[in-house]
Amino acid sequence: MTADIAAILAIDGIATGAVYALVAIGTVLIFTVTRVIFIPFGDIAAFTALTLAALDARQLPGTVGLVVVLACMASAMEVVSLARAGELRAVPKAVLGYLVLPLIVVGIVWLTMRFNPPMPVRIVLALLLIMPISPLLDRIVFRPIADASVLLLLTVSVALHFALVGLGLLFFGPEGVRTEPLTSMAMEIAGVHVSGQTILILAAALVFSGLLFLFFDFTLVGKALRATALNRTGARLMGIRPARAGTIAYLLGSLMAGVSGILIAPVNTIFYDSGFLLGLKAFVGAIVGGMASYPGAALGAFGVGIIESFASFESSTLKDVIVFSLLIPVLLWRSLASQHSEEEVEE
Amino acid sequence: MTLQQIRLIIVAAIACLVAAPFVLNPFSITLLNYIGIYSLAAIGLALLTGVGGIVSFGQAAFVGVAAYATAWVTAVNGYSPWLGLVLAVVLTCSIAAILGFVTLRLGGHFLSLSTVAWGLAIAFLFGNIDGLGQHNGISGIPPISIGPAALVESWQIYFLIWAIVVAILLLCYNLLDSRIGRAMRALRGGNTLVESLGISAFQIKLVTFVIAAFLGALSGWLYAHLGRFVSPGPFDASMGIEYLMMAMVGGSGSILGGVVGAAIVTLLKNSVQDYLPLIAKGASGQLEIVAFSALFILFLQRARQGIVPFLAGFLPELKQSRPQAATELPRREQPAPGTLLLKVSDAQRRFGGLVAVNNVSFEVRSGEILGLIGPNGAGKTTMFNLLTGALRANSGEIAFAGRPITRDQQFHIARAGISRTFQHVKLRPRMTLLDNVLLGTYSRTKTGLLAGALHLNQAEEASARYEALRQLERVGLGDKPFELAGNLPLGNQRVLEIARALAADPTLLVLDEPAAGLRRQEKLKLAELLRSLRADHLTILLVEHDMEFVMSLVDRIVVLDFGSKLCEGEPAAIRSDARVQEAYLGGVA
Amino acid sequence: MTQMFSIENVSVAYGKVEAVRNVSLSVEQGQIVTVIGPNGAGKTTLLMAAIGLLKSTGRMIFQGADLARIDVEGRVERGLCLVPEKRELFADMSVADNLLLGTYSLRDRSTTRKSLDDVFDRFPRLKERSKQAAGTLSGGERQMLALGRALMAKPKLLVLDEPSLGLAPLIVREIFRTIASLRSLGVSVLLVEQNARAALETADYGYVLETGEIIQSGPADTLIHDPKLIAAYLGGH
Repeated sequence: MTADIAAILAIDGIATGAVYALVAIGTVLIFTVTRVIFIPFGDIAAFTALTLAALDARQLPGTVGLVVVLACMASAMEVVSLARAGELRAVPKAVLGYLVLPLIVVGIVWLTMRFNPPMPVRIVLALLLIMPISPLLDRIVFRPIADASVLLLLTVSVALHFALVGLGLLFFGPEGVRTEPLTSMAMEIAGVHVSGQTILILAAALVFSGLLFLFFDFTLVGKALRATALNRTGARLMGIRPARAGTIAYLLGSLMAGVSGILIAPVNTIFYDSGFLLGLKAFVGAIVGGMASYPGAALGAFGVGIIESFASFESSTLKDVIVFSLLIPVLLWRSLASQHSEEEVEE
Repeated sequence: MTLQQIRLIIVAAIACLVAAPFVLNPFSITLLNYIGIYSLAAIGLALLTGVGGIVSFGQAAFVGVAAYATAWVTAVNGYSPWLGLVLAVVLTCSIAAILGFVTLRLGGHFLSLSTVAWGLAIAFLFGNIDGLGQHNGISGIPPISIGPAALVESWQIYFLIWAIVVAILLLCYNLLDSRIGRAMRALRGGNTLVESLGISAFQIKLVTFVIAAFLGALSGWLYAHLGRFVSPGPFDASMGIEYLMMAMVGGSGSILGGVVGAAIVTLLKNSVQDYLPLIAKGASGQLEIVAFSALFILFLQRARQGIVPFLAGFLPELKQSRPQAATELPRREQPAPGTLLLKVSDAQRRFGGLVAVNNVSFEVRSGEILGLIGPNGAGKTTMFNLLTGALRANSGEIAFAGRPITRDQQFHIARAGISRTFQHVKLRPRMTLLDNVLLGTYSRTKTGLLAGALHLNQAEEASARYEALRQLERVGLGDKPFELAGNLPLGNQRVLEIARALAADPTLLVLDEPAAGLRRQEKLKLAELLRSLRADHLTILLVEHDMEFVMSLVDRIVVLDFGSKLCEGEPAAIRSDARVQEAYLGGVA
Repeated sequence: MTQMFSIENVSVAYGKVEAVRNVSLSVEQGQIVTVIGPNGAGKTTLLMAAIGLLKSTGRMIFQGADLARIDVEGRVERGLCLVPEKRELFADMSVADNLLLGTYSLRDRSTTRKSLDDVFDRFPRLKERSKQAAGTLSGGERQMLALGRALMAKPKLLVLDEPSLGLAPLIVREIFRTIASLRSLGVSVLLVEQNARAALETADYGYVLETGEIIQSGPADTLIHDPKLIAAYLGGH
């Protein structure tokens, strides 16, 4: 391997890593706030890419159907549980949040599409459409068992992923898509050719993670989210509802995953089931950060991207095997490093 | 229900299994074959997930390793399926041992996430290795032969499959009723509990993990020789969750649940495949996954207990006979009264900016009851955790019977002769009183895995059972040894913990706030019990908040207040000490 | 005096074990009421039920509203705030952020600045350490932060669980002085303490809880001179 090739592979890896990093950060966010290891995050990214591709082709994306179905289910469940608790007064608000709002989003997309919107608008529409999915899934799937163990939540999460893959095929069909590049620009950095898309990916990853940290540091809601992640009981005693914090976390996480889906769609062909590997590789990154640290997760994700890039040069068929096998030494290292924190927990 | 009746039911069930091929059509027999094969993998998961509390999504990968191993040995290299079995088992168990060694120290969800990852990595390997036929798989796998008879027809291999399933069921039930099995059943109580009994939690987890992989290997071997063809598909991640579904639907924690779960899932899948195409043409394969996942999620939300435990609730109680007198288990040599037993020198423990225990020193002498008292938050529980190894001291030394134990792991300290109880009672509520106390005998007995599964070491088991009963009688709980521990009132649960600690034949018994939450009558009975133990020359260290309880009971008292030792002495002197009154009643200037 | 908070025949059970049985007590407007009792008597359990973290049977009325259908967060919004035994601080966040989060339940946050200054006046140590992570504080500072954070929420009834737990006498005095000063702010206090004398000296009224039941109650200055009570706590006869 020459230095040139190594440089190209490294840049490629960093770009892929940036995409994983966005998903990894979202994963950590949702895990710390809700204790759910949200495996379907990769699916959300893939669905965003498929949604954008449909919008590009001037078609109504399958996401619309998915959102409508989920919104109906979620609002039905909410109304039933409110009725059981005798809280009929809260029904209109619940219907507004779980049914009307998602339907408004769908309506906006449907209306806007009649005017042949330009690319940036289509991207915003795709993100808008994807954002309700995770909060709705949260209401349908995780809210009834919010107090269950992390393990049970994880098991449910894995099952949910398989349900989503099936739904993905139903709503999006089996064809793969590759969206048009967001930019055709290119440049040379230190003698290495770097595509505009790569730079865009990096920039977007930086901007969105930067925005997230600003949100955490400078808004009370952001602080409330961090507080919930650090200490649920403490947060509840401040009047912070974990379910509400969870919804916000899912919305933010979906945004991160959606952006990553849009960034990767021009680079890789995305199928309805492409999300699993994307999500799991982001997980490997998140685990490097112990599922708790954002910088750790981002670093881990970049590491995964770079390793994958070099591995695919050596053996394209075995690159996934290599990436997932690498998790074992990472876990070993984490288990040695986490000895201390486990002691603390016990007190 | 008596043991006799249960045996009768087992014999009847086996007779039904034997008769099945003679009455059922070939399709049903094939279905039964697959149920049997899936059962083996699901039983493994029931042990790992249900009994041990370790959720694995990677069982399908182990099944796959075994199936590919035997396919490679037989179809590619032309050797006998029996050699295939040897390689399948050795390879699967070795991989499991290595993976387990690396990952089993991880916390619950990290461990499970790692099973997703290596499950995927292994499944990818099958499809990408040239020698294994890549995505086309390996065909032409020969049938298993027993002597001259090749098991070609599905009714022929049926007998082999179900013979193995029945044998495994019996072995697993034996195992769970033996020394190692009880340790496995204790795993869900948490590492601190398990290690306090002198059991290495890691070792037991590893054993459970390898057994689960072994059962997966049997399943994979049979799978390869039943279908005579292997490809990557049946061993991917979605199959991993299907196995988990089988184990949990049947009833996690129930071995029979593995079989029931495998049957339900297989039959359900079969009928879904029949009916879904009628609803949605074309997309039925995907709808099947959606329907299955949705059902599984619904099940996990609503009926986590599973089917077998639910049904078992309707069965009459099993009548067990009380353990008979047997040879006594060997006893530890107790030190002469008055010798130095435990020496704590300048122990310190910090949590962030908090100094919970600040340079505390004291001694415990053989044969005495020492009370460690202090107001809430004085550092008593932290001190206690330092003694038992649940926490490590930041500085200072702790020596037991002349040997430093400051850096020892919990189970080493427990084996050295320090037995403990817990402030928040840690019992296995679904195990009987006798089984709970039997857990205490772990470090005094030797029966291994195989001996336990084959019931080879019945003499030792009888001794252990007799010892457990004697300890139950000693603390006054001997009348109902087969009651479930969770049904006892709090006071008796505390006492049961003491019986469990006594079953380890300790040199030093350390009790963490044994009187907390007890009513007056219960406290009096507890004090009486502890006095009787002292009369038997047992040394006791008592961490307690309740002054009245301590004063009337102990020989000497060490008082802690905000992390430091306030004073030390006989109860009367402590009671009149102004500093102690200040610490307890507090004085606002 | 108007009634601020009342508990009527409340029981709390963990599975089959009843930790609190048929407890009734009440707190009047501007009053400091204490519940004392030995470890494991059910004091913390009672408070957890009062704030809604544990399910209970019986009735609880706060400012005329039945709390049965109001969750923890709803109770906090109404001005019922708990400072728990374990403090439950946000360890990795700064002291200032911890305090700011105290205002989360308020509709009107225009006075946040003033509340913050008030807390810093009350506990100058917190001002010195306002940028430090809460997890690096000492035990006494943690308790001050927990109290300060609760005060940021402008509580009507402050429920304190063992505020003196694990603290040095000097700091205990400071904490109790703060609690006594809350009267002048019009904040009612329900105080659970094992440091019986300090609690009774600060409170107006006291209840004694043993094995989940109220066995005695009365004005604090009567209870503090009750020889039986003092004996019970030192184990004398």
